[in-house]
Amino acid sequence: MFVEKLRVPALRSRSAPQILGSARRLVRTHVFRLAALYFLVFAVSVLGVLLFVYWTSANFVEQQTEATLDAEITGLAEQYAQRGLSGLIQIVAARSAGDRGDAMVYLVTDPDGKPLAGNIAGWPAGVPTHSAWLSFALERSINGRLETHPARGRLFIIPGGYRLLVGRDISDAAAFRSQVRSTLLWAGLIALCVGLVGGTMTGRNLLRRVEQVNRTSERVMAGNLSDRVPLHGTNDEFDQLAANLNRMLDQIERLMTAMREVTDDVAHDLKTPLSRLRARLERALAEPSAGSTQSEAIRAAIDEADRLLATFNALLSIAELESGAHGDQTEPLDLSEIARSAAELYEPVAEEKGFVLAVMAEPGVTIRGDRHLLSQALANLLDNALKYGRGGKIEISVYRRDRQAFVEVADQGPGIPQEDRETVLDRFVRLEPSRTTPGNGLGLSLVRAIARRHGGSVALEDNRPGLRVRLEFTGLAV
Amino acid sequence: MKILVVEDDRETAGYLTKALNESGYTVDCANDGREGLFLASSGDYNAIIVDRMLPSLDGLMVLGALRAAEIRTPALILSALGSVDDRVKGLRAGGDDYLVKPFAFSELLARLEALLRRGTGPTTATKLRVADLELDLLTRTVKRAGKPIEVLPREFRLLECLMRNAGHVVTRTMLLEHVWDYHFDPQTNVIDVHVSRLRQKIDKSFDHPLLHTVRGAGYCLRAPE
Repeated sequence: MFVEKLRVPALRSRSAPQILGSARRLVRTHVFRLAALYFLVFAVSVLGVLLFVYWTSANFVEQQTEATLDAEITGLAEQYAQRGLSGLIQIVAARSAGDRGDAMVYLVTDPDGKPLAGNIAGWPAGVPTHSAWLSFALERSINGRLETHPARGRLFIIPGGYRLLVGRDISDAAAFRSQVRSTLLWAGLIALCVGLVGGTMTGRNLLRRVEQVNRTSERVMAGNLSDRVPLHGTNDEFDQLAANLNRMLDQIERLMTAMREVTDDVAHDLKTPLSRLRARLERALAEPSAGSTQSEAIRAAIDEADRLLATFNALLSIAELESGAHGDQTEPLDLSEIARSAAELYEPVAEEKGFVLAVMAEPGVTIRGDRHLLSQALANLLDNALKYGRGGKIEISVYRRDRQAFVEVADQGPGIPQEDRETVLDRFVRLEPSRTTPGNGLGLSLVRAIARRHGGSVALEDNRPGLRVRLEFTGLAV
Repeated sequence: MKILVVEDDRETAGYLTKALNESGYTVDCANDGREGLFLASSGDYNAIIVDRMLPSLDGLMVLGALRAAEIRTPALILSALGSVDDRVKGLRAGGDDYLVKPFAFSELLARLEALLRRGTGPTTATKLRVADLELDLLTRTVKRAGKPIEVLPREFRLLECLMRNAGHVVTRTMLLEHVWDYHFDPQTNVIDVHVSRLRQKIDKSFDHPLLHTVRGAGYCLRAPE
């Protein structure tokens, strides 16, 4: 709250360097540069279109003026051809008589420049003395006021030194041009303003969404792993990006949680044997002298240390298998051969403990894999069957179905309740009844890691009575 | 017997030196790979114990250089890297045996002795003999005091391994590696039962037992004194 109160006035009274700083930051953003570039392109094209419109409309008006003049001249030339100079003077006088409102200008002079007919008083200043198109200033009285108007016309030298000027007051055209000019100027200005505002808004919108992603990443990096990028529900690229980032964060959070759990489990499960070890050594130290009880205690401590090391080794093996750091020693392996070899190793101990160990292996069930790892998986399953069972039959079966290879170890022990079958594959999970038997709760995790390493899976089933563990491998080797 | 220990951890090196001295070996110690290679190049050691991760020159490079120089001193690699892959790399680089840290000294001693014998013993012999026990590698038969004893193929290999190391301790791990080619320790005492079955066959009806259990270490097959 306190911080909030402090920050608001600070925002309001930002100093010039602060504003400059934030402007500099804005300029550095990709979005700003992109918006600026687009605005530039937009402005240039708007300017181009407006210039083109201006040029064509101005040109059109000019051409119209010239066409009117040409028509007038053609008419006068016909009169001159038919009736000579007097006819020309007559027609000019007739046309000049009343103001027809079309702003035409006529003047016929003799060789000395004295007007003979026409509707302007004298030769406008600056008119040359040879035939040509010309622009000139025209003094006209409109509603009793004398005004100077721009005009355009054509001068003809008629044989005998007489001169004819046909012109037209083009102040209307000039007014039209300036009207067009100012209209286009305003249109351009409005377009540029709209472009600027639109560009800024689009840019800010983009910037805000990128900023959201950035802020979320920063918060996640700062340790708030459950934070997610907000979605706008538009399913656009930004939403897709945000959804992907969120999925990635979910995955990271899941892994972190799993890792934390494993670390907790490791710490917990190693603390017990370590304190036992410590107690044993302490007792051995307290013994009066190097007697048989002392060496017995030390031997027990060594056994305890060995068990701890075995736990560590199992953990490392699982981690190594799961991370994929293990170099792949894959070769075609006959699973039946591996099963028989394991059974051969375990047969005497099984018999001694009152079990019957049987192998039912189809010949030639071959997959690609690591012989040592698969032997270890099988040995772990046999260790478990011997540890938890109380006699009865242990059956190892190897068979193929379709394109899959199966290895099963089935015992007639207490089995695993349906609801525990998934969790028992996790690290350190030892079901309540087995807490008292020696073991580290890593055997099945290692089996699963090995199966997964070979692109396979582990399934636990009821053997009625007992447990049936089935390793499934896809992809038989030929 | 002169042994070279190449080990950078001074505590381990000191412990190994002391324990090997007590077992009757003369020990030289090198603390890094370069020094180790220099000492080993003299060629006057009976065996080398080399750690894998060493400063300046790692254990595998030391072995590679030695083998390239035609020095065939038996070498045992000590390493914290214990996967099958790591072992294969170590053995390919010129190691003769591979022991994963942490290890029991009895295990190291048993393996070292096996290495030393491998260098000298007549490996081409077709018959192995310990007291009145005889093993024929060609006919694959076992006799004790002239009486044939029936053994299973795996028991034959187990006995062969024990007889080749007669008078010395063979650990359970060594048996698993050499007889079954298993490079991990099962939780069940599988080896003990195999050995006790073998013992039933070769010792039961005779006055002097040959196959002894060495507590905390392994087994030893030896002639009675």
